[in-house]
Amino acid sequence: MADGTQPRPAQAPPAGPASTPDPSAAAICVRDFNLWYGDFQALFDVNLQVTRGKVTSLIGPSGCGKSTLLRSINRINERLGYVRTSGAIELLGQDILAEGVELTPLRRAVGMVFQRPNPLPLSIRDNVLFAYRLSRGGKTRRADEDQVLQKALEEVLLWDQVKDRLKRSATALSLEEQQKLCIARLLPVKPSVLLMDEPCSALDPKATRAVEELIWKLRGEYSILIVTHNMAQARRASDECIFMLMGEVVEHTATGEMFVTPKHQKTADYIEGRFG
Amino acid sequence: MTSSRPNRIDDRLDAAWIWDRIARAVIFIGGISAIVFVVAIFAFVAKEGLGFILQKLDLSFFFSSPEWRPAQEPEPEFGGLALIAGTASVTGLAMLIAVPFSLGVAIYIGEFATGKVRETLKILVELLAAIPSVVWGFIGLTILNPIIIDLFDVPVGLTVLNAGVILGLMAAPIMTTIAEDALKAVPDSYREAAEAMGATRWQVIRQVVLPSASKGLVAAILLGVGRGFGETMAVLMASGHAINIPTGPFDSARALTATIAAELGDTARGSDHYKALFSLGILLFLVTFVINLLADVLVRKGASDRS
Repeated sequence: MADGTQPRPAQAPPAGPASTPDPSAAAICVRDFNLWYGDFQALFDVNLQVTRGKVTSLIGPSGCGKSTLLRSINRINERLGYVRTSGAIELLGQDILAEGVELTPLRRAVGMVFQRPNPLPLSIRDNVLFAYRLSRGGKTRRADEDQVLQKALEEVLLWDQVKDRLKRSATALSLEEQQKLCIARLLPVKPSVLLMDEPCSALDPKATRAVEELIWKLRGEYSILIVTHNMAQARRASDECIFMLMGEVVEHTATGEMFVTPKHQKTADYIEGRFG
Repeated sequence: MTSSRPNRIDDRLDAAWIWDRIARAVIFIGGISAIVFVVAIFAFVAKEGLGFILQKLDLSFFFSSPEWRPAQEPEPEFGGLALIAGTASVTGLAMLIAVPFSLGVAIYIGEFATGKVRETLKILVELLAAIPSVVWGFIGLTILNPIIIDLFDVPVGLTVLNAGVILGLMAAPIMTTIAEDALKAVPDSYREAAEAMGATRWQVIRQVVLPSASKGLVAAILLGVGRGFGETMAVLMASGHAINIPTGPFDSARALTATIAAELGDTARGSDHYKALFSLGILLFLVTFVINLLADVLVRKGASDRS
């Protein structure tokens, strides 16, 4: 096995922002998507669109399939090995489930932030540059790296705090700093979409606020899909809101609308805290 | 009313209390016995050999001369260099074989194999570790010996090469098990994070998993070295058991352990020869003790680095 990407079929274009995307398309478009873990069906005929440059939040009770759906969009779910799907997920107009789609470029186009901050056990510098170096096949110049590093850390408002300890281990940072770092390391490869799986659930209220503000700041340049358990967060920090229940999408409207005049009784019950 | 109630707080002599005391005592004896045995063994070996080392053994001669003639009259010679070189060369060759082999198997089991394949492989590796060393020696003597003679066109097949291969195969399973534990201890969130950033499986292993498991992997290698150093029967049978500083893989050699095993039965208790063999035992004990201690420290350090 060589230290690089796997051989790529000639006819299949790689998924990614490099290959001329359809400018009118939504950032993410999910069509008739079903997913099974072995014999258990977790998602049923999911149809939804994530608007470009907006923050879309995905809410619903535990086990409703929010994370499953999120983890299908960069296909990280497939690590499990017993996942089957049907339907289509389009990223900027390209079906990422089509045969021949390479995972490596897909995952550069779709960055993911996890529930628990998971910096790699490397230095702060190496963490931020990890994806960047992979994308350049390991051939990067020091000067470019320094520039990319500073830009990414400035974008997540972390540069001033860590600029004097870039060689220190990233795992020694506070949870808030770690989560910001986990966002920063996605930016150098210029993803078009950021997926966030309850990015604040391991953080205290002050850190939550800081990360929320950061997410709001990244909006516009990135299309963001964020799974959250926190109603207040969905309300504060998203443009659109999708409510899921038992593996199905129940309602998808502008956030302001959903929290004021939900169309479905189930949505109303959930956001008012009657179950979940 | 209250005075007729038994005082529960003072009433400690019930069955649960007694069993608790008995269990604690038994567990304490079990736990402490490990320490007692180690100390007792060292005391015994030291008692038999230490006086000899300090009073009679010419240490500079021992470490510089290959002349091991413990039964020579009137003046026996105790040169340990050939034995040390024999043990070192056999162990070194064994590690050349066992390290890549066991790390490869560990990475395959830990990172690639799934489900039934993985479970079957783990059981097979553990089974391999349980093969008695005399069986390995037998394999060296009857199978590897003629193969080496035919393949390399040499007169004798009981050589450093033979013993090194056998010892490498013997040490590999235990090294695989420890190395696989070290890989398993790397949190899966690291792999997931790296894969989500577009790293291939090999990039994940090379850049994330192996560096963060490195201390445990080094410990696995050190335990293999310790195993090689201490192995007796297989080396005795496969190495040719000739007092000789080996200059190549096709020379016969003799190990420290094999010397003790082969000669101790022929010596008179308390004789210089007997005590000289115990001196070899002290040397072996010290070396394996240091190696194991080092491995243990590394394993602990690896575990504390991650938390």
